[in-house]
Amino acid sequence: MARRRRGGMQRPDRKARNEAKAARTATPKEEAIEVEGTIVEPLPNAMFRVELTNGHRVLAHVSGKIRMNFIRILPGDRVLVELSPYDLSHGRITYRYK
Amino acid sequence: MKSAREIEIMRRGGKITSMTLAALLERAKAGMRLRELDRLAERMIRDGGGVPTFKGYNGFPSSICASVNDAVVHGIPGDYVLKDGDLLSLDIGTTFEGYVSDTAASIGIGNVSVEARRLMRVTQECLMLGIAQMQQGNRLSDIGHAIQRHAEANGYGVVRALVGHGVGRKMHEEPQVPNWGDAGKGIVMKPGLCLAIEPMITEGTHEVETLADGWTVVTADGKLAAHFEHTIALTEEGPRILTLREILEHPDAANFRPKEEIAA
Repeated sequence: MARRRRGGMQRPDRKARNEAKAARTATPKEEAIEVEGTIVEPLPNAMFRVELTNGHRVLAHVSGKIRMNFIRILPGDRVLVELSPYDLSHGRITYRYK
Repeated sequence: MKSAREIEIMRRGGKITSMTLAALLERAKAGMRLRELDRLAERMIRDGGGVPTFKGYNGFPSSICASVNDAVVHGIPGDYVLKDGDLLSLDIGTTFEGYVSDTAASIGIGNVSVEARRLMRVTQECLMLGIAQMQQGNRLSDIGHAIQRHAEANGYGVVRALVGHGVGRKMHEEPQVPNWGDAGKGIVMKPGLCLAIEPMITEGTHEVETLADGWTVVTADGKLAAHFEHTIALTEEGPRILTLREILEHPDAANFRPKEEIAA
């Protein structure tokens, strides 16, 4: 007699996963400005000094999504940074380019 | 983990279970009432010195599960009369001297469609491929991976809501044995492990629903489903099927015959 499956995370099927992924990536936190930059130096608490392509240096922390996936970020990496329109000196790293 | 002594008891119990299933498969013909098969099964099991495990299990009313056509598993053998072209899945469990053995097979009634025959053949092949993965040092999910690959390569669905299981003093022991998944996950298998491997394969979607009787599991799209199951012990010599049948068995199954029977 087959046992009813207990426990374990119910993994959504492929279609649902792709849709969820698209929904996650398609909506940057509202009104954020996305810019590319290069890591200059690592700082404590998963923060980094990032030099943006326009020459500005900002303090950026690592987004939760990147942290969850254990993506290592090292000086010299090119990254995508979201800047808050209210405070252009702080940002959030949302993507590390391969 | 089971000792050699425990596995020997399960082999003797498995003999009762498999002989009962074989007898039912021979009698499953058009015009047969499912309730009759259930009665016959209970008598055979008790005559053999066992107890039907299913009867009373979480309130299940019968000694066997009889699932017709789109019913995947856990069908209650009632007043349904088999008719030509039906696909019947029978599932039997016996408790013998405190140990459970559990086995199932699907059979076509009379003239069944080519599609149904192919589904049953592939499901039985899935079971064999799963058993072949039950080797010392392999991981548990290697079994499910092999089953899923073969089923999906043939365009079939693998039921996710139900799984195989460890078997021994109780019918359902740890671990759960899904019929799908990535290879190389889960526990490393060692001699002494006893599992009921039971691929449930569907013609269409792998989604299933449970009927109002609280037991019968049917495919969500109403397409056919097949079910084959064996109780297998992993020994130093590899996997050994404790519920091997004389009839309607896959040719490869002979490779996994328990040692005592080779001598006999």
